[in-house]
Amino acid sequence: MTEITSTGHYGSLLGDKATALGLRRRRNAERRLKAYGITAILLAGLALFALLGSVIWQAAGAVTEAYVTLPVELKADDIDPDATGDPKIILRGDFNGLTKDALKAAFPQVTGRSARRELYDVVSSGAAFELADHVAENPSLVGQTINFRFLASDITDLYLKGSFGALRPLPTAGRLTVALDGDEATLNSTEADFAGVLAVLKDQLVDDAKRLRVRAARQNNAVSVYETRIAEAADDDARAKSLAALERARTERDALLAEAERLEARAADTGAEDLDDEVRSVFVRAGGGWLKLTRLDASGAAAEVLAPPAGALADLAEWQLLTTDLPAAARKVSDTQIMVIEELRSGSAVDSVFNWRFFTAGDSREPELAGIWGATVGSFWTMLVTFLLAFPVGVAAAIYLEEFAPRNRFTDFIEININNLAAVPSIIFGLLGLAVVIGFFGVPRSAPLAGGMVMALMTLPTIIIAARATIAAVPPSIREAALGVGASQVQTTFHHVLPLAMPGILTGTIIGMARALGETAPLIMIGMVAFIVDIPTGITDSATVLPVQVYRWSDFPERAFEARTGAAICVLMIFLVLMNAVAIVLRRRFERRW
Amino acid sequence: MTEIKFSARDVNVHYGDNHALKDVNVEIEDKTVTAFIGPSGCGKSTFLRCLNRMNDTIDICRVTGEITLDGEDIYHREVDPVQLRAKVGMVFQKPNPFPKSVYDNVAYGPRIHGLARTRADLDVIVEKSLRRGAIWDEVKDRLHEPGTGLSGGQQQRLCIARAIATEPEVLLMDEPCSALDPIATSQIEDLIDELRKNYSVVIVTHSMQQAARVSQRTAFFHLGHLVEFGETDQIFSTPHDPRTESYISGRIG
Repeated sequence: MTEITSTGHYGSLLGDKATALGLRRRRNAERRLKAYGITAILLAGLALFALLGSVIWQAAGAVTEAYVTLPVELKADDIDPDATGDPKIILRGDFNGLTKDALKAAFPQVTGRSARRELYDVVSSGAAFELADHVAENPSLVGQTINFRFLASDITDLYLKGSFGALRPLPTAGRLTVALDGDEATLNSTEADFAGVLAVLKDQLVDDAKRLRVRAARQNNAVSVYETRIAEAADDDARAKSLAALERARTERDALLAEAERLEARAADTGAEDLDDEVRSVFVRAGGGWLKLTRLDASGAAAEVLAPPAGALADLAEWQLLTTDLPAAARKVSDTQIMVIEELRSGSAVDSVFNWRFFTAGDSREPELAGIWGATVGSFWTMLVTFLLAFPVGVAAAIYLEEFAPRNRFTDFIEININNLAAVPSIIFGLLGLAVVIGFFGVPRSAPLAGGMVMALMTLPTIIIAARATIAAVPPSIREAALGVGASQVQTTFHHVLPLAMPGILTGTIIGMARALGETAPLIMIGMVAFIVDIPTGITDSATVLPVQVYRWSDFPERAFEARTGAAICVLMIFLVLMNAVAIVLRRRFERRW
Repeated sequence: MTEIKFSARDVNVHYGDNHALKDVNVEIEDKTVTAFIGPSGCGKSTFLRCLNRMNDTIDICRVTGEITLDGEDIYHREVDPVQLRAKVGMVFQKPNPFPKSVYDNVAYGPRIHGLARTRADLDVIVEKSLRRGAIWDEVKDRLHEPGTGLSGGQQQRLCIARAIATEPEVLLMDEPCSALDPIATSQIEDLIDELRKNYSVVIVTHSMQQAARVSQRTAFFHLGHLVEFGETDQIFSTPHDPRTESYISGRIG
């Protein structure tokens, strides 16, 4: 041997162009795969973040609730004319009237039927019941005047949280003179303050017109699409259909354009401006009174008196010009209510506390009174029934199939059916529940018993499949060891196999239960979507569950239910996370090595 | 002449269509170590598992022929395999202690068979078994620690202790040393020699040296046939069958 001429089939480890190229290609492929993986995880994380973020953002509005403190005179005549001091009689008193009287006394300037009704809506309709309870607990209060914290209505609460925009001050430079004439007032300022307001309003009109033009342009696109379709239509039928759609889009477009032009013309007109529902409200707050501008020109304004100031005002330097973010037509809170709430706020009569009520109350049609506790308890009862039915049956079935059943066509058939059962849409289980559980067995509608039975059917395949998998994963050496010392098959199963499989079985069960906890569809079929105010006390009481509560609240028109829905979703998710955490802990804790 | 413990006549075993054991006739004596040797897949483990009806747990397995223990047919319809297995203990290839404490591992058999009336009785049985399993000194201070935490050799001796705790008459060992190192192996072999005083021991092994060291009688299996059965010394020095000779001298296997 003289020298080594070849480094063999694979070439040198250190150099060689051909191998270097191949290596680079392989490394790039690996790097790409890694990048795809990271991208996928980032996307998933982003989606999760967006979901959680939006829900929590929504739910933030339900974190606090507002109270309005008002003096209320507990007139004995209205509550307990015979001075019995009996709580039962007190509870029958006219506390609704007392609440209204308290509001009327606080705001005597609010007159007229509709304005009064708006005033009453500042506090919750449930506040009177709380007052009744408070007085029933303390009968000695009858006849006195007390300061009571009335629960604010959903509108008040939303306004305080800024859901209808804020009340923004506009700059004032001059001195204000107000001439009162009954409900009307004429305002003048020494500087061009009202001209400034007028300019702001005109700008807003231009903005609104722009938005309308954008919508009109969209309709115009639709028009041209339909025109092409008519030109290319294959038969008269399709042409007629497109023609009708074209007409609709054209009318819509023209209406939008006309409206935009009207707004622009109004903005271009330098003369006086009428303030109606469709423009943002402008208030003047001066000398303890509230004036709402109704007509405005560069030099001065006419106003409606919401709360009369103390006498006529002349040459006043201290005054406020306020404007809302939204026109009256676009917000639930009326001008009168804004005035009332702002007055209460500046009198420190409004406070806001953590919303414990949400976690302790049942459902209600009034968002400020609605709570999640009823649905939580309903979910608990339903899950209890589900667990008690599905767990023993599922584990027994899994043990039989895995440890005792002979392998033949029949058991194969059963196995296939169980696996298919796991994929059956849940609404089908709901129909089954309606027909069998309610129709045949006569279980009461809307009861956790019925819901739990249906959920148990739905959870069974999950439990059986998970339990079979973990039982099959117990090493055969353990079974042999037990059989080898003379244990019977039942002893082997219950002394050795089942304890080893239990963590896995529990994990599967909890995952299945978590799925059932989030299930709505089958419960719709068996009537668990009902409006149930009372907290269920057993498995045969009418009840609803968390996801159904979310579904119902999301459907309610009141805006405050948005926040309640978000909060309910958070509660549901906390439960799901807790259940999954328990599953993980169980798996970690009881996992044994062999 | 020692007493015959197991007697097998014309034993055939089928796994589905696979004819695993063909016309095996063998007699296993009491207080003797009998070794089954042969290449992989020759049927020696299958035959061992026939002796305590461990094959019953395999659905497709079918056993024909007659095996008697002390003259009683163990495949008789009225024989309960669980009772048989209490009488015929088994130690497996891989140490398989239960994932429980050392004490519970040994106490499990006596407990389910009701061998101990009181806690103290059970303690005595556990200690005696562990002593006979030659592991007492190593585990006496850690009886309540998991048996799975022991070393491989200790685990296997624990399994032997567990098997003898139920007071079996025969001890079957399926390659008990194949997962162990030479030191642990020699400990187990000493133990087997010790156990011979009280039990009939049947051991399946891949190691011919081991068979030569521990057994008095040896059976050589090849392709499902029992080729040769006789005194260990005779099998290893002057085998009658050319296949035995080839295997022992390393030409086949």
